[in-house]
Amino acid sequence: MNQQNAFITALDLIASLDPVLGDIVLLSLKVTLSAVLIAAAIGLPLGAALALGRFPGRSALIVVSNALMGLPPVVAGLVVYLLLSRSGPLGFLGMLFTPGAMILAQTVLILPIVISLTRQIVEDLWAEYEEQLRSLGSSRMRAIPTLLWDGRFSLITAILAGFGRASAEVGAVLIVGGNIAGYTRTMTTAIALETSKGDLALALGLGIILLTITLLLNTGAFVAGRMAQRAAG
Amino acid sequence: MYDGRPILPLTVSGLSYEAGGKRLLDTVSFDLAAGRRTIVMGPNGAGKTLLLRLCHGLIEPTSGRVEWRGGSAVGRHAMLFQRPVMLRRSALGNLHHALALNGLPRTEREPRARQALAHFGLEDIASQPARRLSGGEQQRLALARAWAQRPQALFLDEPTSALDPAATRAIEAMVQTCHAEGMKIVMTTHDMGQARRLADEVIFLHHGRLLEHTPAEEFFDHPRTPEAQAFIRGELLW
Ligand SMILES: Nc1ncnc2c1ncn2[C@@H]1O[C@H](COP(=O)(O)OP(=O)(O)O)[C@@H](O)[C@H]1O
Ligand SMILES: [Mg+2]
Repeated sequence: MNQQNAFITALDLIASLDPVLGDIVLLSLKVTLSAVLIAAAIGLPLGAALALGRFPGRSALIVVSNALMGLPPVVAGLVVYLLLSRSGPLGFLGMLFTPGAMILAQTVLILPIVISLTRQIVEDLWAEYEEQLRSLGSSRMRAIPTLLWDGRFSLITAILAGFGRASAEVGAVLIVGGNIAGYTRTMTTAIALETSKGDLALALGLGIILLTITLLLNTGAFVAGRMAQRAAG
Repeated sequence: MYDGRPILPLTVSGLSYEAGGKRLLDTVSFDLAAGRRTIVMGPNGAGKTLLLRLCHGLIEPTSGRVEWRGGSAVGRHAMLFQRPVMLRRSALGNLHHALALNGLPRTEREPRARQALAHFGLEDIASQPARRLSGGEQQRLALARAWAQRPQALFLDEPTSALDPAATRAIEAMVQTCHAEGMKIVMTTHDMGQARRLADEVIFLHHGRLLEHTPAEEFFDHPRTPEAQAFIRGELLW
């Protein structure tokens, strides 16, 4: 096969509004964006608390969270698989091989990224703001929302890093989702499948679509962030 | 115009601060009464900034005490830093935030913030992003922010050292306003002209020790210690 073939296939797929492809793209976005939202909702306050809190075991938590940034997706998938499997502690939920399981696995995967980067960003801001904020009457814990808001432009980058990792991974969603056509098949699992079946053109076509979506999302976030930053100083 | 019971005089007794194995402030004692503008002077590294941070409660002394009249004075004295930190929001937003930290009820924040801006002629910059303002505007905004909290005492650490002459004059005028309204002023400066313009009394520090605490005229015309004499002649830089 040649590259032109792949591009043509990709364009064909898009132009024909292939409903199967549409479902795959939509599911991928739904899973990844849900995971990013949940990870941000948990990771931003947790990362800030880790930056400003003073409690025993704080250093250990920081090291663990940093280390988990490199957690292999298949391992995250395996852990969630064990949790959700029929005999696992969360087996009663019946979530295995559903989009929900994939969201959970990707959340586990990107939470350490959001926590670690948030902690670093908030810690640096605190070093700059501490005396001024304390002078104005702020406690360390009261500073958390202040610093999260003031660090919003850097924090968007942390969240985009999470998005990048989630949208690119295949191992975790494959294990807990099962790559069921029309139900849990995402772009990355489809690419893996088509490659193994030898349909390289289709696989590459899907890859091009995935890259384009990632690029568009990042461009959108970048431009929006720049504009907001210009307005806020 | 200031709320609550009076917190002055401030009594500092036997105040010492050590860091890195060095005694940076050495058993400093003084009383600060309401009303008079106190200017803290001394060569570079004398301990002026440390003294203000200790009095304002930002750091804990190694030994000695900082005592306000009637005990706690939390939230009743404010500080202006050499370089103010502004949050990434509008000038008005910065005042709102400070008033929230000060515990002012939500409904009273907007009028109080507007009042502070108007008091110092800063209405025009209300909606501008605070971090985009010039250094002089930021320092004026920082002073308005401190004023909005209605402190009874205001510490200022070389507030004009990074500013041009026009902005310096503007800050000095604001300080005079605060003083006229009854706010206690405690300010460090290395600008001798500024010290002469503003001082009612001078605290002179050298190598972490308090060498003089005298009325301004006496300090400038008849300094007692040889260190202060050399400092006024511009010969004591360290
Ligand atoms: N945390 C610290 N650790 C060690 N040395 C310090 C610390 N803070 C201040 N110093 C030193 O204490 C001395 C007095 O500092 P400072 O109060 O800033 O002087 P200034 O009179 O110029 O404001 C300086 O020599 C400074 O380097
Ligand atoms: Mg200083």
